[in-house]
Amino acid sequence: MTRSDDGLTKTGMFSGGFSLGKLILEGRAFLALIAIIVVFSLLSPDYFTFHNLVTMSSHVSIYALLAIGMLLVILNGGIDLSVGSTLGLSGIVAGYLMHGVNLKAMGITLFPAVWVVVIVSCAVGALIGVINGVLISKFKVAPFVATLGMLYVVRGVALLITNGLTYNNLEGKPELGNTGFDWLGFNTLLSIPVGVYVMVIVAIIGSIVLNRTVFGRWLYASGGNERAAELSGVPVKRVKIWVYVASGVCSAIAGIILSSELTSASPTAGNSYELTAIAAVVIGGASLMGGRGNIRGTLLGAFVIGFLSDGLVIIGISSYWQTVFTGAVIVFAVLLNAVQYRGRRKKQKPGSLPPATPSSGTEPPQAAPVLEKTAG
Amino acid sequence: MSADEIVDGAAPDAAEIVLSARDVVKTYGGTHALKGVNFDIHRGSVTTLFGENGAGKSTLMKILSGVESPTSGQIILDGETVSFGSTVDARDRGISIIHQELSLAPNLNVRDNIFMGREITGPGGVDYAEEAKQARQLMAELEENIDPSTLVADLRLGQQQIVEIARALSVDSRILIMDEPTSALSATEVDVLFRVIHELKAKGVSIVYISHHLEEALQITDFAVVLRDGSITATADAADIDLEWIVRNMVGAGFNLGEPPTGYEFGEVALQIDSLRVPDVENPDRSVVDGVSLDVREGEIVCIYGLMGAGRTELLEAVAGRVPFTGGRVLLKGEDISHKSIAERIEAGLSLVPEDRQRDGLVQTMTVSRNLSLASIQTFVRGLFLSRRSEQALVDDSIRDVRVKTSGGAAEIGSLSGGNQQKVVIGKMLATKPDVILLDEPSRGIDVGAKAEVFRLLAERAASGLAVVYSTSEVGECLSIAHRIVVMSRGRISAEFGSDTTKEQIMAASGEAVVA
Repeated sequence: MTRSDDGLTKTGMFSGGFSLGKLILEGRAFLALIAIIVVFSLLSPDYFTFHNLVTMSSHVSIYALLAIGMLLVILNGGIDLSVGSTLGLSGIVAGYLMHGVNLKAMGITLFPAVWVVVIVSCAVGALIGVINGVLISKFKVAPFVATLGMLYVVRGVALLITNGLTYNNLEGKPELGNTGFDWLGFNTLLSIPVGVYVMVIVAIIGSIVLNRTVFGRWLYASGGNERAAELSGVPVKRVKIWVYVASGVCSAIAGIILSSELTSASPTAGNSYELTAIAAVVIGGASLMGGRGNIRGTLLGAFVIGFLSDGLVIIGISSYWQTVFTGAVIVFAVLLNAVQYRGRRKKQKPGSLPPATPSSGTEPPQAAPVLEKTAG
Repeated sequence: MSADEIVDGAAPDAAEIVLSARDVVKTYGGTHALKGVNFDIHRGSVTTLFGENGAGKSTLMKILSGVESPTSGQIILDGETVSFGSTVDARDRGISIIHQELSLAPNLNVRDNIFMGREITGPGGVDYAEEAKQARQLMAELEENIDPSTLVADLRLGQQQIVEIARALSVDSRILIMDEPTSALSATEVDVLFRVIHELKAKGVSIVYISHHLEEALQITDFAVVLRDGSITATADAADIDLEWIVRNMVGAGFNLGEPPTGYEFGEVALQIDSLRVPDVENPDRSVVDGVSLDVREGEIVCIYGLMGAGRTELLEAVAGRVPFTGGRVLLKGEDISHKSIAERIEAGLSLVPEDRQRDGLVQTMTVSRNLSLASIQTFVRGLFLSRRSEQALVDDSIRDVRVKTSGGAAEIGSLSGGNQQKVVIGKMLATKPDVILLDEPSRGIDVGAKAEVFRLLAERAASGLAVVYSTSEVGECLSIAHRIVVMSRGRISAEFGSDTTKEQIMAASGEAVVA
């Protein structure tokens, strides 16, 4: 076992070094995607068509937006279970505003412009992120628990606003000056849905933030070793709050695009999407322990999940089997992650003496990471 | 010195030797913790293992008790080669260990801790009454008035150590390893423990004893073994040796760790610590740092010496802003920084190189260069983005300045040896261009060559005006580059020496070489 990680070290020494095993391991999400496309193309002539690829990509864009936000949180060593609910609430907020804000005192109904709707919805997502971030960083609530609580609270608020009903007809009216909401998700530029462009733009911004800014470096450092990062002067609490805010905003954007695609907003939209987002991040090779992962992998992970589930629909496999397949892919991805990171994690401890194992032979309790693992 | 009889790695005499290690090597990543050790445990006697911190004592004991397995080499029990799969495996063969770091579950009570992992069961599940009865007997034997239903978290440290000892005694083992069992015990408790050790010996139990309290350990030693930098340097019968022999073999003929840099005048007072008081986290009524005052001038190197638990780490961490203090203040170049955050203190020119570089110093998921640039990263910002070129320049400079031996900045931090990892942590903090640098045990777990390099680097920086404060628990390191040696004991400064002092004076002031 210790031999396998020598390969990893050597590639550091001989940059550009070649190892087939490592290549397959690191490029697994990409290879999986290619395999999925090839298999489904053979099984169905409708799969590899431009129209279908576009449709699938627009489904993927929703998952990918959630997953990019989730990646930031996971890089920090946390988890955000509230993204599905946030997606739902931001759609509801958008729907509420599109249907007009009734100001009883003045006896008028206000119809905000679409850009105002978008900003307010994103702000709601950011607010949820702030609450998550403050709970976790200032009050030391475990990320799993804090965001699980917010999952319920936010979903409940969405249901309360509409009394459980769905907002339909979000196209807006020209005489009210609020048209254009459907453009965001429903329309296309150069035959590609706007949602896909939004995904690409968010991914590029995310990638630049992670690779080229101080914040990105702080995020990788505090996710890799929070104590060391803090002692190096990294404002770890601030970083933590910001990642949850970013996750909230990404979810809100996804919510706007989804309700725009459907021109309707349901308070139950995005139910269980948080798990899809976590799966995408994990398939993309990020470590749930924090500190490792990137946008490229996460995008690939979102495509793997989206293209797989749509492919299963196209070839007419029962939805029960779809669930089984998706689950198997996730488990397999986590398994490969364990293989990839095991060697490295073993090497974290050398030098100083590792903490004593109790003589009973039980592992020292590590409640939080274990909890986070079960989420994947 | 009868060292020659085992150095050749010959099979031990099973009548005399119950457990032995042959050519045991243990490496962690690039660090050699043990370099081919031959170690014998004499039947029915106390074999005491002496050695400085990082010499490999605890590693050797972990291997003998099945906590870790050796990289190579053999363990021979009663003449047979064995390999322990786990601590349970070793325990089944009659070997138990009292760990240096307490391995108790604070959320459980004394009884449950003593029987953890081998609960006494009856037809109705765990037989708590029987467990409590046996626990009470053990406590009586150790003359400690602790109720078995007390939560371990509610006990003071010394009592927790007693529980740890009771747990090891409850196993009825043939071989009992005690790694620093007395570090938190009072003098009376130590006497009781020694009486218990004598009784165990009479019953034929073989004991391995490790302690920093040399004279105390010498009282019960039958055979003395000295470990230095991962190798056994001397073995002898206790009747033939004295304290001086142990210290000489522990510290070695004296690898030159450097001289205090001279030829310049100290500058202004850079760091001023004014009656600092840090409360004990577990017991807020007690202070782990109890009114410490210390001034350090520009260009001066101060060494803080003390035993484990003397308050060195807490002092340095409080000054750096990691742990809060309740009394006193810290001034940097005359400016009060007591209420600043860690980041603000670094900005102001005060850096800490923490004691545990794996836990507090390095980000294992990042490369060598990214670790090196982490603390000074804000100086590379151009507009919104990081300037890769200036970051690369700093990394290249740092690798050269602190002499990190690495295949390149892109290497994984885990591929480096312990000494080079430590240089990365030091390089990272030096890159913030500090006026004062605090180093908590900078030599911990690194080999003697790397030690010398680290000290040389610090001496160079001091000569160009940096104020250096480092702590150590190895007396040999006090008498290297330090201009001034401050000895801490029980949270207070117990003595101050110039660089012309002796090891004996320092050890006496720390309470180490004095019978309690």
